[in-house]
Formats: sequence, C-alpha cells, structure tokens
Amino acid sequence: MLRTRIIPAILLRNESLVKTVRFGKFTYVGDPCNTVRIFNELEVDELAFLDITATRDGRSPNFRVLADIANECFMPLSYGGGIRSLDHAKSVFEIGFEKVVINSCAVENPALLTEIAQQYGSQAVVASIDVKAGFLGRPTVRTVAGKRNVKLDPAVWAKEVESHGAGEILLTSIDREGTWEGFDLDLVKQVTDVVSIPVIAHGGAGCVEDIGKVVKQAGASAVALGSMVVFQKKGMGVLVNFPDSETLEEIINWS
Amino acid sequence: MITIVDYGMGNLGSVLNMLNKIGVKATISSSHDEILNAGKLILPGVGAFDAAMTRIQDAGLGVILEKRAMGDRIPILGICLGMQILTRGSEEGKLPGFGWIPAQAKRFPVQPDLKVPHMGWNIVYPSNASRLTENCEKEARFYFVHSYAVFVDKAENSILKTEYGIEFDSAIQCDNIYGVQFHPEKSHRFGMQVLKNFASL
Repeated sequence: MLRTRIIPAILLRNESLVKTVRFGKFTYVGDPCNTVRIFNELEVDELAFLDITATRDGRSPNFRVLADIANECFMPLSYGGGIRSLDHAKSVFEIGFEKVVINSCAVENPALLTEIAQQYGSQAVVASIDVKAGFLGRPTVRTVAGKRNVKLDPAVWAKEVESHGAGEILLTSIDREGTWEGFDLDLVKQVTDVVSIPVIAHGGAGCVEDIGKVVKQAGASAVALGSMVVFQKKGMGVLVNFPDSETLEEIINWS
Repeated sequence: MITIVDYGMGNLGSVLNMLNKIGVKATISSSHDEILNAGKLILPGVGAFDAAMTRIQDAGLGVILEKRAMGDRIPILGICLGMQILTRGSEEGKLPGFGWIPAQAKRFPVQPDLKVPHMGWNIVYPSNASRLTENCEKEARFYFVHSYAVFVDKAENSILKTEYGIEFDSAIQCDNIYGVQFHPEKSHRFGMQVLKNFASL
C-alpha cells in the first residue's frame, strides 16, 4: 500500500532557511544545502522548498540555490516562490525538481496552472492555498506570503484550481503555522470534501498524533511539516529531524 | 558510458544527478551519433504515451533505438513512461510502443479511496531474479507517479510487482531490455542500488 507522504516544508528567505510563526517572526534555521543534505540522509519522503520572499520582492526563483539542492537530494522535490511563467516552471523542472508550487500567480493568472499542466502533466502542478481567518473568523485565501486578502473562500478556490489543472493542493493555515497547536481539521475537511486531487495539510503540526488526525479525520492525502522537523521541541533550538518510520506506521497505519 | 536519451519528455537532470553521485559516467543527449556509440541507454519520460512516441519518431530516434535494442542488444533501461514505451502499447494512446517486452500498459481501475495517479512511495516485491534488482533490500520502497500500469503477458518478464488496488508489474525485463515504473533517481538508496546494478551490467 501507498505510504502517507510526510513532507518537510522548508522556507527560504534571502538564501537562508528560516521558520516562521503565522507567517512572521523569522527564526534562522540554517544553510539550505546543509539542511537538505540532512533531510536526504534521513530519507524523507519528499521535500517542499518555498521561497517566501520571492513574490513580495518581485524576484524570479533563485535557480542557483535550486540546482545546489537538486544535486544533494534523491527524493521528489517541489519548489514554490516567484513562479510567474511557463519558462520559470521549465527551468525548475530542468534542474531536477518535479513539481512547481504556485500561489499568488494562480490567483492573478489561473491559466498558468493549465499551461504548465498541459506541458508537464497535472502531477507536476501544486496549487498552494494560504488561508487566514478574517472578519468574524471567516477563513479567506491570502496571497503574497499572507499579505494580500483576495477574498476567496478556500473550498471554492480549491475546486477552481483543480478545474484549472492543478494535480495537488498545498493547504496552509496561516493561523496555525508555526504554533505546534495541531492542524485546522475543519479547514482541511472543507477542502478535501470538495476536490478529488490530493490535499497536503500544512500548518500547526506539533506531534505525530496530529498527523494521524488530519489524515484519518480530515482526509488529507499528505502532510507538510515545518517546526516539527527543524526544532527539537516548541521553544527549543534548531535540530533537523524526522519522525521515525515505526512511530509513523503505528499512528497512521503505514503498511 | 551511459547516455540518457533526451527526446524532450521529462526530468533528465535528476537521473544524471544520481548517476554522478554514484560515480557513473553519463551524459544527456539527443545526438544520433552519441546514441549510436553509447554503451548503455536510459530512456526517461514523464507525460503522455503518444506524445513520447511522436517525439521519438520526429527526432529520428525510432530506428536508431531499434538498432541499439534489437541489433546491438545493448542494455536499455526505461524509467516510468520510458518503461511503458518498451511495451507494445498503452490504453492511454493510439500509437504502438516499441514492443521489445511483451506487455501492455492499462489504466488503473477506478476504485473508491484510491486516487489516480498512483503517487508516492510504495513497496516492491520480487517476482523473478534479475541482475537489475540484485542486492535490493527486502521490501525496498520506491517513488511512483503514474496513471497507467504495466502488465506483462508472460510471468517470466516480470521482475518486481507492486500493489495499488491491483497488482501490477513495477519492473520488467526481456533479455537486454529493462523497465522500471518507479523513479529510481528519486528513491534514495533504494534507487541508487538499481542504477548501480544497471551501470554494472
């Protein structure tokens, strides 16, 4: 049987890796290449690499850093941040990444999802949806690293990205991100109920039990982990780590 | 020297990265001369079946690959879609495959709770001994992404099997022609072992 994919989501900011809390409060984690080398040794299932300042700064992806990463990593890789054209996607694929993650540009120009999917297949296109509770606690979609409220309902937007050709959704709860408080199960369920493509739950994981819950109760196909895989514990120092297979197996019934 | 055949479909860089890592000499090329002189060939591929066959024919590579495979009988390894085109064809397309291995690719049957594509890490089980899978660990796991699965005509051509709702052939072989459905270049030490084995054939 297929294993539930557990994906470290690592954040690049000005060529350093950082970890955030609710998309702010940056903590320095380390050098991208050293860190991914450790994840490679830990034999993680997949890595998602997100440049959180590329769109804000109007930059293209940092292809040099991506090439360094691809040389060190022998697992599936996805990249997001500043991808605005088919050419950007093409360069990312040629370097050895197999998926591109599109967030802000998907809202501005959903045809880009279709264009990339037609050329490289839907499995290569991940639509990233960042969600934050707005007025009266109503969840709305944000772009530009959480800065811009585009006033879309997450479930409605998820269906739309699916129809535009996205093969997967990376769903991030900004309110939970970096908090160790557990995934937003309601949000994940709202989205998994309406789409048939895999949903990667992201934001809030604090222990392996949280992973079990979001998979079993909210229908996530995969999970992305941030704080859990770069810190020893909540409030403690940097330690690149990954939950061991036996524990995960017990909790989410890997077989 | 291994030549990774560039026919415009798929992730070639990562195959080269892994071969470099394990110290195997390899190059990416679409040049007829290089392919004619290669000791071994790897056919990667991501995308649609007919698109792959069309690009191979348009690039004039069909005849050359046929000569290397069936005339010179050098080892050839197809990866993912590159494996499917070694068979006689796929339900995905109308064009014939190379037919070097008696097998066919079929769509995964629709089943509740099983998403297609089959994407992620899955276990393989040996069905026949092969030099390609020598020294592979018991229950080795590999990374898969595919919507069509290959089924061999004769059990002897299957070397690994995998289950995803249905049991399919995840690695196949007919003499000097090898195919793997998974991505060894994205499968950590498990994939390195397979590429090492191929390199030392």
